[in-house]
Formats: sequence, structure tokens, C-alpha cells
Amino acid sequence: MALSEQEILAGLGEIVEEIVGTEPSDVTPEKSFVDDLDIDSLSMVEIAVAAQDKFGVEIPDDQLKDLKTVQDVINFIQK
Amino acid sequence: MSKTDVVVTGLGATTPLGGDVATTWSALLDGRSGISMLPEDWHEKLPVHFAGQIAQEPSEKLPRPRLRRLDRTQQFALIAAQEAWADAGAPEMDPLRLGVVVSSGIGGILTILEQYDNFREKGWKRVSPFTVPMLMPNSPAAAVALEFTARAGAHAPVSACASSAEAIANAVDMIRAGRADVVIAGGTEAAIHPLNIASFASMRALSTRNDDPQTASRPWDKDRDGFVMGEGAGILVLESAEHAAKRGARVYARAAGVGYTNDAFDIVQPDPEGAGQARAITQALTDADLKPSDIVHVNAHATSTPAGDVGETRAIRSALGDSAADRVAVTSTKSMTGHLLGGAGAVESIATILALHDGMIPPTINTSELDPEVAVDIVLDKPREMPGGDIAAINESFGFGGHNIALAFRRA
Repeated sequence: MALSEQEILAGLGEIVEEIVGTEPSDVTPEKSFVDDLDIDSLSMVEIAVAAQDKFGVEIPDDQLKDLKTVQDVINFIQK
Repeated sequence: MSKTDVVVTGLGATTPLGGDVATTWSALLDGRSGISMLPEDWHEKLPVHFAGQIAQEPSEKLPRPRLRRLDRTQQFALIAAQEAWADAGAPEMDPLRLGVVVSSGIGGILTILEQYDNFREKGWKRVSPFTVPMLMPNSPAAAVALEFTARAGAHAPVSACASSAEAIANAVDMIRAGRADVVIAGGTEAAIHPLNIASFASMRALSTRNDDPQTASRPWDKDRDGFVMGEGAGILVLESAEHAAKRGARVYARAAGVGYTNDAFDIVQPDPEGAGQARAITQALTDADLKPSDIVHVNAHATSTPAGDVGETRAIRSALGDSAADRVAVTSTKSMTGHLLGGAGAVESIATILALHDGMIPPTINTSELDPEVAVDIVLDKPREMPGGDIAAINESFGFGGHNIALAFRRA
């Protein structure tokens, strides 16, 4: 069963809060992880692994670098 | 050329006795033990069921996202450094003149062990991407440098249980060499894990007094049977006297002299003659321009092991000479904190400095019958008042590998 965009967004908000302490309400689709949410590359790896666990979707390393915004991750998971 | 005077202007600690210097110091003067039982499920596999576990968990002071990317050694160091820096008045300063020397004896071993478990159980992708910057032994120094934007250099001398004393000695040298005006210095250890307990236990180095853990650390007692492992950190803010005076800083004491030697005798056993230890004391006195008779107090390394404690008292006597050694008041605060390994020298330097500053020497507890071979006067059970005047005290720390460090502090 496919998750809705809202469900994925909420799940990503929880992950980002757990890993870097950002308020989940700040994790909105248009935000860039690096430029807006101030997330460094090592934390991005942790977020990707946590997202894989939560949503059961494998994110290959060569695609991770293309996932710049929260919306990019939502799209990838929905695909 | 005269040496740059170095002073102590800030103190911070997190120990088995308290989450800061004030609670640790009052517990030391009260003669309280910080030793507690290890988790029940460890007992079956280990001959030792207790340790000096931290009184206040880092989660009470640091937010969770920070904790997950810091090894426990770094967490302790940061908490103690934040306290020390605030205590020093959080000086506004040029980052290029601020240095860090913060050690750990073992490094991020809890991270190594936890991540190895992750690796074996879940595979390489579940190994934290922060593993390397958490396990490296310079990680506490680096974390402190980042926190306070210290760009004059960040160092992490490693000499087992002498590490944080060596860090303080290096910090004094760094200021004297003109490489920094202020240095945040000390050490940290967080190694309470079944493997580490097993490792020290297999050397027969730990007390196994499981029926009465709070009396297990009993330096110089006739029935001492080993040390008690502890965890925690101590951090000092050291500063050139000139810099401290210019900003009107409160001065706890002068960091007057340092001595470093090595036994080159055995990888773990101290030289029973204590020659290397005595040389470290003599060096520190010479470096500080002090006479043996100026030394009224020694905070000893004395860990409660059969091999080490008595030899150390002989080394004190031989370095100070009979007349000064007859009058020096010696204590081991490890009787209350346990042995903080790489954190020990810094926490005990803080106790030495506060003894000078507040005029009270903390007691050695649990020592009901002194080993007859003890060669100096031990402050037993109750704190003892210090004499007034321009006096000095020594903190000694020794580490596996034959490392001996003596630090001389002088009343400001």
C-alpha cells in the first residue's frame, strides 16, 4: 500500500528531528536538506538509512546525492 | 629568561560524585563514595559488580541530536569544558590565541564496541557515519576546540592513566612557549563496559569486594585488593598570568611547574623503587622554582592496588627529603571517585587546586588499617585544614607504559 505524501512528510519530520533536532514542522517539501535545514553529509547518510528502514525503500548512494530537497525524497519513496 | 606565569582561572568536572565541580568538591570533603552497582545482567559474566559511574548522565545536559554524534568521552569533556569556560568568565578572545589539550586514556571505546555490534548484527550500512570522528582518541579535544572556536592548536597526549595530567602539563608548556594565551585542558574517560571490566579484571587489577563496593577503593589499606574503575571528566582553564590579570579574572592557583618522566621498567608494573616517580616530582619542583618545604600537600595517584600505593609514598619521601616528607599531608581522592583513568589527573588536579584555594584537604576514606610500609602521613577519614601562606601542592599521575607526571600548583 502506497503511503501518502503527508504520511511520508510526517515520517521524514520524525527522522530529521531524531537525528539533527530540527522541529518536524520545519521539515517542509520545498526545503533543501543542506542549504535550508543545515544538515551535513554524514547526517544525510544517517537520514537516508533511517528513511530506508522506515519506508522499506532502498536509496542507492549514487541516487542519494540527487535527493536535495524534502520533496525529492518524498518523490523517490513514492516511486 | 624567566618563564611565563600560568594560572588556573576556570574549573569544570563531571564525576561519579556529581555533575559539576561544586557537588564533586563537597562530596570529596564530606568523604562520600561515588561507587555504585553495575547493571544486574553484567554480574554473571564478571568478577566485579561495581564501578564509579557518572552521577549525572550527559542526557541531562546535552540535547539528544548532539549526544548521538558524540562518544561518551566527548560528552563528558564538553560538559566539563562548558562549566570550566563559564567559570572562567567566558572570556572574549582571539580564536588564534585559544588552545585545547584534552586527553582520553582509551578513546572512544564504547563507540567501537557498539558499532562493532551493529556491524555484526545488521551489516555495514547500519554502522553510524559518525563512528570514526567518535572513536578517534583526539575526538574530545576536537569537540572542545569546535565548541569554543579554539584555533591555536588542539592536542591529545595519550599516556594511559596519566593522560589528563600530561594534558595539563602540555597546556602549561603551550602557554609558556607563547603558542596560546588561554588553554582549555584536561581529560575524560568513558570505558565502563563488560569487556573493559573483564580486561582489567584479567590483569587482576580490580577490587572484587562485591559485598561492600563503597569501601572497595581503599588506598594504602592493609587489605586493599585493586582499583575501582570510574568514568568522568575534569577540565581546567589555564591562562597566562598576564592575560588573566588584564581581564581581571579570578585566579584559583598558579600552575607553577610540571614534571614528566618514564620508568622504562615494565609495561604495567611501576618501578618498586619509585625512582621515575620521584624524578617527576623533583622536576616539577625545579620547574616551579619551589623548595620541598613549600609542598604541604600531595594528591597521590594511589589507586588501591597492592603494587602501586606503597611505592608511591616512598617516591614522595625520596623526592621531598625526610624533613619535608614528614610534614606533607597526602591523600587519594580515588577512595571516593574510583579511578577515572584518563580523567583522573584532571579531576585530581581540580581537587588539589581547590585544596589550596579553600584551605581544606579532602580525606582518604575506607582505609581502616594503614599498610605499615606507608612512608608518609595520610589524611584519613576527615578533611584536614591547610596551613596559610604561600604554599604549594602536587598532583601525581602515573600510567601503564611507565608514564609519570607531577604537577605543582601554588597558592595564588
